[in-house]
Amino acid sequence: MLYREAGDFSTTYRQDSQTFPIKFDRWRNYVVLFVAICVIPFLVNDYWVNSIFLPFLIYAIAAIGLNILVGYCGQVSLGTGGFMAVGAYSCYKLMTSFPEVSMFIHVILAGAITAAVGVLFGLPSLRIKGFYLAVATLAAQFFLVWMFNRVSWFYNYSASGQINAPERDTFGILITGPSTEAWATYLFCLIFTIGSAVIARNLTRGSLGRQWMAIRDMDIAAEIIGVNPLKAKLTAFAVSSFFVGISGALFFSVYLGAVEVGEAFGIQKSFLVLFMIIIGGLGSIFGSFAGAAFLVLLPVVLKVIGVDFLGWPTDIVAHVNLVIVGGLIIVFLIAEPHGLAQLWRVAKEKLRLWPFPH
Amino acid sequence: MKLKVTTLALTALMAAGPVMADLVFPSMSYRTGPFAAGGIPFADGYADYFTLLNERDGGIGGEKISVPECETGYNTEKGVECYESLKALKPLVLQPLSTGITYQIIPKSIVDDIPVHTMGYGRTSAKNGAVFSHTFNYPANYWDGASGVVNYLLEINGGDISGKKLALVYHNSAYGKEPIRTLEALSAKHGFELMLLPVDSPGQEQKSQWLQIRRDKPDYVTMWGWGVMNQVAIQEAANIRFPMENFIGVWWAGAQHDVLPAGEAANGYKAITFHAVGKDYPVFADIQKYVVDAGKAAGAGDQIGTVLYNRGVYAAMLAAEAAKDAQAANGVTAITGAMMRDAMENLNITEERMTALGMPNFGPAFQVSCENHGGSGLVGVAQWDAAAQEWSLVSEFKQSDQDVIAPLIEEDSAAFAAENNITPQCN
Repeated sequence: MLYREAGDFSTTYRQDSQTFPIKFDRWRNYVVLFVAICVIPFLVNDYWVNSIFLPFLIYAIAAIGLNILVGYCGQVSLGTGGFMAVGAYSCYKLMTSFPEVSMFIHVILAGAITAAVGVLFGLPSLRIKGFYLAVATLAAQFFLVWMFNRVSWFYNYSASGQINAPERDTFGILITGPSTEAWATYLFCLIFTIGSAVIARNLTRGSLGRQWMAIRDMDIAAEIIGVNPLKAKLTAFAVSSFFVGISGALFFSVYLGAVEVGEAFGIQKSFLVLFMIIIGGLGSIFGSFAGAAFLVLLPVVLKVIGVDFLGWPTDIVAHVNLVIVGGLIIVFLIAEPHGLAQLWRVAKEKLRLWPFPH
Repeated sequence: MKLKVTTLALTALMAAGPVMADLVFPSMSYRTGPFAAGGIPFADGYADYFTLLNERDGGIGGEKISVPECETGYNTEKGVECYESLKALKPLVLQPLSTGITYQIIPKSIVDDIPVHTMGYGRTSAKNGAVFSHTFNYPANYWDGASGVVNYLLEINGGDISGKKLALVYHNSAYGKEPIRTLEALSAKHGFELMLLPVDSPGQEQKSQWLQIRRDKPDYVTMWGWGVMNQVAIQEAANIRFPMENFIGVWWAGAQHDVLPAGEAANGYKAITFHAVGKDYPVFADIQKYVVDAGKAAGAGDQIGTVLYNRGVYAAMLAAEAAKDAQAANGVTAITGAMMRDAMENLNITEERMTALGMPNFGPAFQVSCENHGGSGLVGVAQWDAAAQEWSLVSEFKQSDQDVIAPLIEEDSAAFAAENNITPQCN
């Protein structure tokens, strides 16, 4: 009923391999984009942007980045927090060194720097696999956080080791600092999120993505059929770190405004993003969004319901929150180990046949 | 079902509605996480004092007070959410009780015209009100604290500590790093050797730091710790038999729950403080009568007189006094954040005023001005008596070394002004 596929024929290979082959899906996608770009900016206030949209968009970019590495290329990484820190600190150094340059360029450059660092820490992946690689990336996580704590050049020798985002703009519109407009920061992050999703989608269904997936599924077989593991693994690290770096830069400059590396980019951040892609669905762009939405929105929703509507004590709500989020993670993983994305795929299959499943 | 939820939401909304019109003093608390041990008594004290004003005096100037609470968990991301949701309630003053969150809301509070009171924490250079127009850190700040520790060491060593070795065990965060600069300047001035030992958050793992202390044998150890870190550090110090009387914590590492787990071994541990300790104040009898016995206490009611509960009461008292001043200065009872800011900048806390409130000698007398948002900077030292289970002052409140601190504040606030294009001004 929802999916009317009658008359929806693909006559070319191009039509057949598009991201949304079903017309209804395609239109839904356009509607979501239209609402996100043209409607929401006029409706949002500071609360909606800073508590819901910015964390969602930024974590979605990080989840896309990690999903490329873990979900598509099969290289388990626990260094996401550290790589986000690289993005944040390179963005900070660029912002303070070149104040007149547009924020767009700073963020993209921060992503590029993180990509280089990611390749460096990806080198061990050629020799070690699985859990051992996870431990190696864990070392990257701790090393990077330690370095940003220790070397005061990175935080411009400030007394407390905090980095603060000064006011910077792009095309004359303030993007960072306290006086920003809600719609400006929202749109700025939205552009990066949409861009990341489109790039990631097209990379993963192209030849590069197929190489990654071949390595993930069986690296020896992939090597035999001519996939270069060095190139495949390092490109996965580079592309993944690029997105993670962008998210780190946005996380610091647009969202939080002031960051302290141990607190903002510690090991718990690595786990949070990893949980996002596990819950959302490994190897799925939609899953990255779903996972980010799940882990960002749920605590806020529970807090609003518990504290603001029901008037419960804040500590009870905070504890209940942990219980519910933890419980839901377990339920989801038992009910659908392939994550929310698979749940959505199954639901879609059902909806395509509904109400006449036979 | 849907209708039910909507009705439920609507009734809840209506029930929550009337709160908006009051004087709003939000409490950005943390009752969960590794820092809850300190967050709970502070939040209870803060809420109980305002409940007392509501119950005994009918609010401030006839206006009822509401204290909406928002759980930050000492986490900056939740702090952002709290700031944004509290902003909508038109708060009079924010007390984030976290240096990390303070750093984040300092620039925003200027734009949103909400004063921030960071009592004994936050960004030290906010003392310079010409740059930090909306941030107040009276009556004392970290650099006063660092100087207070050194002053105390000078006092017990007859004025000469050259050649001594002082170790700083600190929470490896903005909070813990804050005193380093002052201690470095003071070590150059007084000729003592400074040893820096960072402890990563939350601070349950400190074995290596204390091994290093055992090996290098510093004469004194001072600590910038918070939450679980304090208990662990005191236990570790006891384990290596470090003499407790040579171990001095900052005011955030000097509460009952920090020393009690170590039991007898914690006897003699010292901590600096900027307000009085104990429960022998008339105000606590009132809190007992109007709040605890009436069943309106924020917590279990058993925290009265503990260090951090007192600090919460003290913070609430300073906020309430500024609100009274704002009402008097503007001739209206429903004051705004801007009026509150002006009143805080002209706040004058005298002995008579504290006595009238039932808190004689509870804190130092001080006068805030635009040039000085930090108050007097008087620091005392308290010592723990494990047998009697109480803190007692061993050194009276003394002035910190402003010759060293003032230039550092000037330098750091100038850096903030340059970063954010602020022209320092006092009108």
